[in-house]
Amino acid sequence: MSGVSRRNPGSATRLDSYVDRYAARTRGMTASEIRALFAVASRPEVVSLAGGMPNISGLPLDVVGGAISDLVRHDGPAALQYGSGQGDPGLREQICEVMRLEGIEGHPDDVVVTVGSQQAVDLVTRIFCDPGDVVVCEAPSYVGALGVFRAFECDVVHVEMDDKGLVPEALRQALRTVQASGRRIKFIYTIPNYHNPAGVSLATSRRAEVLDIAREADVLVLEDNPYGLLGFDDEPYRALRADEPDGVIYLGSFSKTFAPGFRVGWALAPHAVREKLVLAQEAATLCPPSFSQLAVRTYLATHDWRGQVNAFREMYRERRDAMIDALEDMMPAGVRWNIPDGGFYVWLTLPAGLDAKAMLPRAVSSRVAYVPGTAFFADGFGSQSMRLSYCYPTPERIREGVRRLVGVIEEELELRETFGSMAVDRHGLISRGYESPNTDLT
Amino acid sequence: MQPSVGHPSAGPAGATEGRLLVLAGGLSHERDVSLRSGRRVAEALRDIGVEVDVRDVDADLLASLREEPPMCVLPLLHGETGEDGALREVLELLGLPYVGAQPAACRAAFDKPVAKEVVTRAGLRTPRSVTLPHEAFRELGAAGVMSAMVSSLGLPLFVKPARGGSALGCTVVPDAAALPGAMVTAFAYGHTALVEQLVVGQEVAVPVVDTGSGPRALPVVSIEADGGVYDYTARYTAGSTEFVVPAKLADDVVAECARVAVTAHQALGLRDLSRSDLIVDADGTVWFLEVNLAPGLTETSTVPLSVQAEGLDLGELMVDLVRVAVARRSSGA
Repeated sequence: MSGVSRRNPGSATRLDSYVDRYAARTRGMTASEIRALFAVASRPEVVSLAGGMPNISGLPLDVVGGAISDLVRHDGPAALQYGSGQGDPGLREQICEVMRLEGIEGHPDDVVVTVGSQQAVDLVTRIFCDPGDVVVCEAPSYVGALGVFRAFECDVVHVEMDDKGLVPEALRQALRTVQASGRRIKFIYTIPNYHNPAGVSLATSRRAEVLDIAREADVLVLEDNPYGLLGFDDEPYRALRADEPDGVIYLGSFSKTFAPGFRVGWALAPHAVREKLVLAQEAATLCPPSFSQLAVRTYLATHDWRGQVNAFREMYRERRDAMIDALEDMMPAGVRWNIPDGGFYVWLTLPAGLDAKAMLPRAVSSRVAYVPGTAFFADGFGSQSMRLSYCYPTPERIREGVRRLVGVIEEELELRETFGSMAVDRHGLISRGYESPNTDLT
Repeated sequence: MQPSVGHPSAGPAGATEGRLLVLAGGLSHERDVSLRSGRRVAEALRDIGVEVDVRDVDADLLASLREEPPMCVLPLLHGETGEDGALREVLELLGLPYVGAQPAACRAAFDKPVAKEVVTRAGLRTPRSVTLPHEAFRELGAAGVMSAMVSSLGLPLFVKPARGGSALGCTVVPDAAALPGAMVTAFAYGHTALVEQLVVGQEVAVPVVDTGSGPRALPVVSIEADGGVYDYTARYTAGSTEFVVPAKLADDVVAECARVAVTAHQALGLRDLSRSDLIVDADGTVWFLEVNLAPGLTETSTVPLSVQAEGLDLGELMVDLVRVAVARRSSGA
């Protein structure tokens, strides 16, 4: 201030005495308007098409409760004790049985049990990536994986997808470009089945080509497959890992086929990689939780889990149909979406000039929520798109949610008509803050 | 001070026995902030032995209030319903004592353009501004309206939703090209936008409390956000903003900040607690920006900092405000 005398100086504070001590990688970990808006999405008045929470209402809780009770009674000392860093051997055998459904012949010794497949992404990144290393991802990609890659200071390079999944030629070109620049690609992160968030699956006809491209470029593939058994048609897709045991690390999870609360996932990796993963797991957690592992083991051994997965598939198919029907009935011209053949998500693209992220406050006011597309890109793209989840709400609520969303889009179209191209460059207006990952977004 | 509420031995003026109820959450864009404020205040009250419940505002609230009427309600809802007077109307209908302004005062204070008019009539200085609904741009042509705004108000500008808080939907507009985007951002949060001249200077927050002997300002808090803009991220990320309390300002400027905040509080008919957001420009002139009738009380909010600088305990201050509210209800005021 000019021309004024000072009174006794006050004390300055930043309300965080550790502010100068955090690692540089935490710099982006800040409050964000988007995360704040998701606080409203949890209210029952809001139709949340945002969260990817598995719908476990169909689980026979009495059976699960009985199995857990038996577990504690008969195997309590093991269930409540530390276990192996690699995971329970019996569960690892069962995991191999599960993977066989997708054509994988894995050995239990090559399986590492993790705290959800989210931790498997973390461990793989931890053992492979130094700051600045490149990870190639689909465009868009899973927000939780992007959060891990950001935490390890990786550079994410996105590769185009179309309605048949990853575009092989775009992948080939991206690998060449990055490698020609002298940067090191550590792996290709891909969700080939019922993609989160894009909702598409890698066409069978492309799978061998994608593996060939990776092999030729000498780049590892990280195949993340949490939804693989939740297809709506015929048999599950054959896993990439089934045809490429050495060049693919496969990640699986019981979060969608059983229950996410147990946080049990796994990685199937070539022997040498598996050794490193076990050491990394022990450094991170000593061991995955014994109780959860044995609960899953008991469930798999005593319950018709394949029948349960089929029941889940039917439930999700009904919800997918409800969403697609509602979109076809109500969405204005110019809005596009895919029709997923499994999993939880529809990827919806707005007419040019609309911004799903900037529109979110209006949506929350209208009591409907979605995840803006920008959450699924490391580079700020995706503002014209959004992810809609159909997994959790009832078909009636899905229809109501779409009805509300249509109103929001129509208002936004009107606003765009008013301000025209003058307001197109809205990207970044509310882009500060840390968007990923949390359970609203995953 | 030994709190008198929540204790069987309760004593002074107007206080009776019973639990307090903090209302936090709601359905506004500021739900998350409100939940944080609620938790913080409840913790402060429990720390001094006061019994307090925290609950959300939902369809079961009325039945709950009728079944088990709290001794006093602390509405810590930010944004609509909480600050627009609606919830307080309902509390009035139920005859429950509550801390904070009455519905009519809320309606005026929560509407930023209305509040600016009221304080201007009370002699305070506030940046020149224009308030327009979305329809005005559609009907009159956005380009022409925005051009007129820039011609009249100049640049830079500050655009915000007419109602709301936590800087949601707010944008600094350095040049005319940024104005359309800023308007659309504000309209995402509400139907009407306020466009005002950006006053460059020291941003300060001044809480006003009235524990029964008239409104008085608490120490002025100066705010320096790392990115230069005290936006949502700067407000709710610990470490990203430097606060100085009492602010390093000349005594006369501090006194003027206090006067402006108290005048705004009185002119708008607020009571118990408010926070005025002000700018002190390079000449030492104090500009009123807006007032918050349910100010944030989170871990990163300015009011708790000021309360602490005054040598007060947040929980005890809340107890004092509760005592005033209960006495007011008892006397029929």
